[in-house]
Amino acid sequence: MNKQAFIQIKDITKTFGSVVANKDISLTVYKGEIHALLGENGSGKSTLMNVLSGIYSPDSGSIFIDGKEVRFSSPKDSIELGIGMIHQHFKLVDVFTAKENIIAGQSGSFFVGSKKLSKQIKQISEKFGLDIDPDKKIYNMSVGEKQTVEILKVLYRGANILILDEPTAVLTPLEVEKLFKIMKNMKEAGCAVIIITHKMHEVMEISDRITVLRKGETIGTVDKKDTTPKQLTEMMVGRHIDLSIKRVETTGKEPILKVQNLTVLDEEKVKALNDVSFELSKGEILGVAGVAGSGQKELCEAIAGLYPVADGNILYEGEDIVGKNPREIIKKGISMSFIPEDRLGMGLVASMDMVDNLILKDYQNQKGLLIDRAPVKQKAEMLIKKLDIRTPGIHHPVKQLSGGNIQKVLLGREIESNPHLLITAYPVRGLDIGASYTIYDLLNEQKAKDVAILYIGEDLDVLLELCDRIMVLCDGKLIGIVDAKTATKEQLGLMMAGEEMEQEKGVESVV
Amino acid sequence: MLFRIIKRTDLTGTQAVMFRTAAVFLALLTSSVFIIILGNNPFEVYASMLEGSFGSVYGIKETIIKTIPLVITSLGIAVAFKMKFWNIGAEGQIFMGAFAASYFALNHADIPRPALLVIMAAAGFLVGGLWALIPAIFKAQFGTNETLFTLMMNYIALKWVTYLQYGPWKDPGANGFPKIANFHDNAILPKVFGVHIGWIIAIVLIVIMYVFIHHTKRGFEISVIGESENTARYAGMNVKKIIITSILISGGICGLTGMIQASAVNNTLAVEVTGGVGYMAIITTWLAQLSAPVILLVSFLFAVLVQGGAYIQTAFQIPQSVASIIQGMILFFVLGSEFFIQYKLILNKSILKKEAKGGI
Repeated sequence: MNKQAFIQIKDITKTFGSVVANKDISLTVYKGEIHALLGENGSGKSTLMNVLSGIYSPDSGSIFIDGKEVRFSSPKDSIELGIGMIHQHFKLVDVFTAKENIIAGQSGSFFVGSKKLSKQIKQISEKFGLDIDPDKKIYNMSVGEKQTVEILKVLYRGANILILDEPTAVLTPLEVEKLFKIMKNMKEAGCAVIIITHKMHEVMEISDRITVLRKGETIGTVDKKDTTPKQLTEMMVGRHIDLSIKRVETTGKEPILKVQNLTVLDEEKVKALNDVSFELSKGEILGVAGVAGSGQKELCEAIAGLYPVADGNILYEGEDIVGKNPREIIKKGISMSFIPEDRLGMGLVASMDMVDNLILKDYQNQKGLLIDRAPVKQKAEMLIKKLDIRTPGIHHPVKQLSGGNIQKVLLGREIESNPHLLITAYPVRGLDIGASYTIYDLLNEQKAKDVAILYIGEDLDVLLELCDRIMVLCDGKLIGIVDAKTATKEQLGLMMAGEEMEQEKGVESVV
Repeated sequence: MLFRIIKRTDLTGTQAVMFRTAAVFLALLTSSVFIIILGNNPFEVYASMLEGSFGSVYGIKETIIKTIPLVITSLGIAVAFKMKFWNIGAEGQIFMGAFAASYFALNHADIPRPALLVIMAAAGFLVGGLWALIPAIFKAQFGTNETLFTLMMNYIALKWVTYLQYGPWKDPGANGFPKIANFHDNAILPKVFGVHIGWIIAIVLIVIMYVFIHHTKRGFEISVIGESENTARYAGMNVKKIIITSILISGGICGLTGMIQASAVNNTLAVEVTGGVGYMAIITTWLAQLSAPVILLVSFLFAVLVQGGAYIQTAFQIPQSVASIIQGMILFFVLGSEFFIQYKLILNKSILKKEAKGGI
């Protein structure tokens, strides 16, 4: 490894009001290195990278690039020094092509030399193995392609330091592989790559060195070859943690939900779910795997009565619930809990406090015109204790809580309604390890109580460990249902890409 | 860049109120410049505005009479705004409420007074509500833009009342003067402590509205829908039904304003019956942040401005529009202060200084 310090961050401190986000953080990154920045939510990773990319000004501390001290007053300064940041949320213009997005906001001549540009883009693409059609419109692109455009954009601007903020959160396993290949190519070209993540297996796969942050402070920097996931987790969380997810064994095999030939149409009358049939039993966790947008959202919403069903039946304890609206489903005493993909947009009211959010699902069961918040206040206090929700108080707006705590409020509410069937979509998205494991434990607790759980997940490792069976969706079609005990990641990956594997071992026939 | 914009997270409720109060004072200060240009002493002008509003029993009564329609209309608008249904149509709803009440006042004056007044109020509420319902149904069914729709409905209502005044309802005994006959005494709201009973209605409505928004299921549903329709749907609410019934209430309250104004203030139906309250109430509602108790305070402030503005016209021979300019100024500054309540500007220099000191 080239031992010349490329980026040196020294004693950076950054406070927001009374919150110290970064405290005397130091970090050194060399050329030709992939450096992982590991830490739980709120440990200060993103703040530090925002400082490095010129979005925030540090309160104190200094940054050296190539040995020279630099000071950024805006992101523009950092871009000029070759720092390119890929944010979690892409900043692309949907109706533009990749090429147009790449040059948008660039100073230069008024007219765009299209041919020359295409050539330049092609050169960069070839150099780093970025596979992109420069004339494709952004709205026609998959998430992975959009990310590639983002990377191409910063490379085009001459970046040789690439910062990726949780880049894999939205990608399919195949896309992750591609991204890692790009990162490795950049490393070989002598660039420095900093990846922010809290996914342990990614850290072990891709990075050369790892710096762990906790509560705004540097805990240490280690070489990948000298460390283990266990050690890293302990550094990150500050205590010993068991990384394996227990699979609770239950005896009940009584089916509670039968979905038969379910077909739903999206706004363009395209089949978002195509003839899907499956069964879910009490005390079972049925995982749903699939590339984002394969029909997971529609499946959840159709069962919860939020999405019109074009064809097929949804039998809940033998009764067809198709065509009933959510209120009817609640009124009928069917306990269905649904955690929407977009927690704040749908599950919770962002500006309201915990009490009002807890009352949201069951205020209709109260008698009379008035709403009684007193019992819910107690419930809120109880949930805070039980789930260790960090909040200044029950009357604090939920949007100001951290992602993990928001999720705990939501899941806590759903579980408190004593459901028989719990539908959860991406319940750990954006959560750190500690919070994720709390959620898994909660789900297992429910399973032990004979609750049937439909778990829409994205992390295949988690699906394999947590679920009893996993069904794979691709383009709205049910590809197959596998036994999680015998299935492999590779098998799931292939199925997600649409390869039917009914003949293979471990695949149950489609119900 | 000389400044940076940073989001505030640390502002308490009291501080936010102080910001808004400061904004009002800054607006008065800026208006002073304008008054000086007109050749008057701003202090004298402000003092006489206060005198016009509070200096005499008559002035105080007039101020209260001007506060009443603002309060009631603001409460109506607040219900719609809480759902993020931008009801700009209060003006039209007031007209239609006044029209419906007038129908009974003019044609059924023989009904005993209490019964007639109740009928008039009910008619005003219902027709004002129905007038608001039309854009609400279109929005619920076809997703039309309620802002434009309610605004246009105002002109239809205005022209309808104008037509009645100049046409079929014109008083034959008014010597050809285009005016509708004055109401019979049975159709005029009684006075309590020298001011028509509307002030009691306003106070009662404030309490009802506060309880409605904060302590009833429907109030809770309205708040949830205003925040996110998807969440409301997910929680099993019938969003369309809630929007439609709530707009009926919103328009109905505005229609009630129309009945009160026609009955107690104008004693007849006329194109002047709204006095622009429907538009001014949008401002007061917004400044009061949709909170019922604050609406009372803000409406009173605006009534003082209107009443004081009328007074300085006679006292200083300056047009009443000066008061309108002050109103506009206040609105401008208070809306501007919202920015500073949510964000703060930091001089880049101060950052450098902190660095020199070694930071916190």
